[in-house]
Amino acid sequence: MKDITWRLLLVLLVMITAVIYTLPTIQAGWWPHKKINLGLDLQGGMHLVLEVDTEKAVESTLERISQELRRDLKKKSIRYTGIKVHEGAGIALRLPDESVDKFENFISKEYRDLRIDSRSGENGINTLIINLPADEALHIKKMATEQALETIRNRIDQFGVSEPDIRIQGEKRILIQLPGIKNTQRAKDLIGKTALLEFKLVDETHNVTTALNDNPPPGSEILYEIHKADKTGRSSKTPMLIKKRTALTGATLTDARVQIDSQYNEPYVSIKFDKKGARDFARITGANIKKRLAIVLDNKVYSAPVIQGKISGGEARITGSFSTEEARDLAIILRAGALPAPVKILEERTVGPSLGSDSIKKGIFSIIAGGIIVVLFMLIYYKGSGLIADVALLVNILLIAGGLAAFQATLTLPGIAGVILTIGMAVDANVLIFERIREELRFGRTPRAAIDAGYSRATLTILDANVTTLIAALVLFQFGTGPVKGFAVTLSLGVIASLFTALVLTRLIFDYFLINRKIKSLSI
Amino acid sequence: MQFVKPDINIDFTSKRKTAFVISTVFIIISIISLIIHKGPRYGVDFSGGTLIQVKFSSPVSIDDIKKGLAEIQLGKSSVQQFGDQNENEYLIRTDKSVLAAENFSLELKTVLETGTGGEADIRRIEMVGPQVGKDLREKALFAMFFSLLFITIYISGRFELKWLLSGFIAVVLICAVMIILKICNFFSLENSTPVLIAAAMIVTLILFWFLELKYAMGAIVALIHDVIITVGVFSIMDIEFTLPIIAALLTIIGYSLNDTIIVFDRIRENQRKYHKKRLEIIINGSINETLSRTILTSFTTLVVVLALFLIGGGIIHDFAFAILIGILTGTYSSVFVASPILLAWQGKSKKR
Repeated sequence: MKDITWRLLLVLLVMITAVIYTLPTIQAGWWPHKKINLGLDLQGGMHLVLEVDTEKAVESTLERISQELRRDLKKKSIRYTGIKVHEGAGIALRLPDESVDKFENFISKEYRDLRIDSRSGENGINTLIINLPADEALHIKKMATEQALETIRNRIDQFGVSEPDIRIQGEKRILIQLPGIKNTQRAKDLIGKTALLEFKLVDETHNVTTALNDNPPPGSEILYEIHKADKTGRSSKTPMLIKKRTALTGATLTDARVQIDSQYNEPYVSIKFDKKGARDFARITGANIKKRLAIVLDNKVYSAPVIQGKISGGEARITGSFSTEEARDLAIILRAGALPAPVKILEERTVGPSLGSDSIKKGIFSIIAGGIIVVLFMLIYYKGSGLIADVALLVNILLIAGGLAAFQATLTLPGIAGVILTIGMAVDANVLIFERIREELRFGRTPRAAIDAGYSRATLTILDANVTTLIAALVLFQFGTGPVKGFAVTLSLGVIASLFTALVLTRLIFDYFLINRKIKSLSI
Repeated sequence: MQFVKPDINIDFTSKRKTAFVISTVFIIISIISLIIHKGPRYGVDFSGGTLIQVKFSSPVSIDDIKKGLAEIQLGKSSVQQFGDQNENEYLIRTDKSVLAAENFSLELKTVLETGTGGEADIRRIEMVGPQVGKDLREKALFAMFFSLLFITIYISGRFELKWLLSGFIAVVLICAVMIILKICNFFSLENSTPVLIAAAMIVTLILFWFLELKYAMGAIVALIHDVIITVGVFSIMDIEFTLPIIAALLTIIGYSLNDTIIVFDRIRENQRKYHKKRLEIIINGSINETLSRTILTSFTTLVVVLALFLIGGGIIHDFAFAILIGILTGTYSSVFVASPILLAWQGKSKKR
């Protein structure tokens, strides 16, 4: 074989590359700085799948439009008897006969992107259902998901998680992976809160208890203020009667920070409005002196202080019996902004760090135990040739490690199982070749001829056997998420590596002994 | 060193009737078990629900854990020892999946600690909503289906060396699948994927039969045999199907063919060499000649998987078990299922 030097160069090149890529994992900081990533199941962490309630985003858009319509209809003095957003159906507008033409004229001029879905009339009152065009609704939904992703990414970045993985999955799902996170509950609260901040006036003209028993008066609703007792952690709720109309939202916030009240030594969150927000805030506070203004977050009342005077600086504070941590998290979500629509947790997988390190220990232990048995077995069963197979096996593991780092793949617990399986399968190829060589030797062939025949006959069989495994692994890669994907990765890498070691590496070693050392008998 | 003597000559083919009975019995038991248990037992991944792994600092009783759990509404829940006896680890399962509520894990820890009086460490929580569970179930079945499809195409091309034909088979199969999907949609059938897989397999076998692709037929029958028995053993032993188990099944689909490929390659080689000999003798000779490597390759893989099964820890335990069964049935089926099918073929062509 003349090309032995070329093959030697190829093998060396592959092995050196694998070593270079493996080193940073052993000694951090070395070039090329690509470490093998550990999956959440090995290093601990949290995997979340959220669903964005995109219907809600469409609904709130409709709500906004209906408010604009109300204002504009008044301005144009088009008479209407009712306007209301129906869930999933659009805006229902009730008009007397004489307004219909005027309205249709107006809407085709000023609200071109709206379409009238249906109209029905009864006793001179017409009901028109107005809706967004389908592609507009779709666009809003898509935007809502993307915006939710951005907001959540913002919150997580400010919370401080190293290497989070946040991405959109399908139409309205968001996949979040937070490796190494310890306080999962806090992270979940931080991510899952819609954080819609609203300032609403307290309805002080009606009684809360009567509203609780009967229906609340029109224009008002019952919201609860949550108190937390410091020691027990138990919380109690106080009902409050709050006006439905939102005086101001948190959309105009520019900043939110934790401060400590010097008097009570209690943390609070100070917020800052932009120019427009500051103007609105001054107007509202100026017009409602001595009334109570409730600060409402996600329909929960945080506090409802009495307005002492006009506040014109564009700054306000949110108090409540916070712990420093809670105040910090509240500031983060206020800074990052509200989610465009509520989110729901569909899937949650949390692995504690102790379980992860246990899994690594047991996994590595199994690799070593299985590996030692196989190595010894090959050595005893095939003697010298077995040693060559063992060298191939070690190179195989090195190649998998290098491959994992080079492709920035993630090693998971099933992935470790994949490595173990590969150890078993990698020697399979050598067994096939060695058995064939033994067979040829029994027919009285010279070692050289036996090796040639062994490799050439076994090659196709080995390729077939590995291709079928590779097919299964690739399908698995497509279908799997997280840990299972990790298994598909190591299995695929292992299959390719074992093809290389069995067909190229061991052949090279045999050829070296046959050609350069001119050995006369095979130890097999 | 040699386990199997080179001049070994066991008459495998004459035992094919016995093997046929054994395989049939196993498959029937598997199917009966699946029927009795109303399909495979789905884990949290597929059924939706919550799984909690908790470790206590000192031995506790399951009753105490249940007593603690009664404090919080968990719905239908079960508690089970997990891993080694002395590790004091337990799995709590519930069909409820809306546990994302605030402070859930803290509350859980508190009730577990007051219930048992020991220190509880919640090591793993897996919550899967019903919709995600259904999606994953669908995805898993599709993955099984596609890997079977691709392997079928590969085998029919490779074993028969007729790639054009395998392309044809692929087209027919895909058309058949489309038609079945349309029918399923038409009747708005839920869970149509199992039907799809079964139908696609039947179409495949019929195609192989009429196109006389006997090697491909033998390989695929052996493959289905292995998967059914593995699923059956899981059903009989009441082990849960989770995402890693699906990964194991797919690995079995890929790996169990290895031994079959070895034997079939040798049969073809010998057929070319001694085309005068009777097929029965050729098959028997080929199995015997390759017996050593069949056993050895299975043995090496078996050893490492056994290591994983014994010391790999609780989370990977069932996964390793599935692969163990797959390797055993795969080895058995390559000798006793795949090869006899070639003989059945001979019977078929003689009758003509």
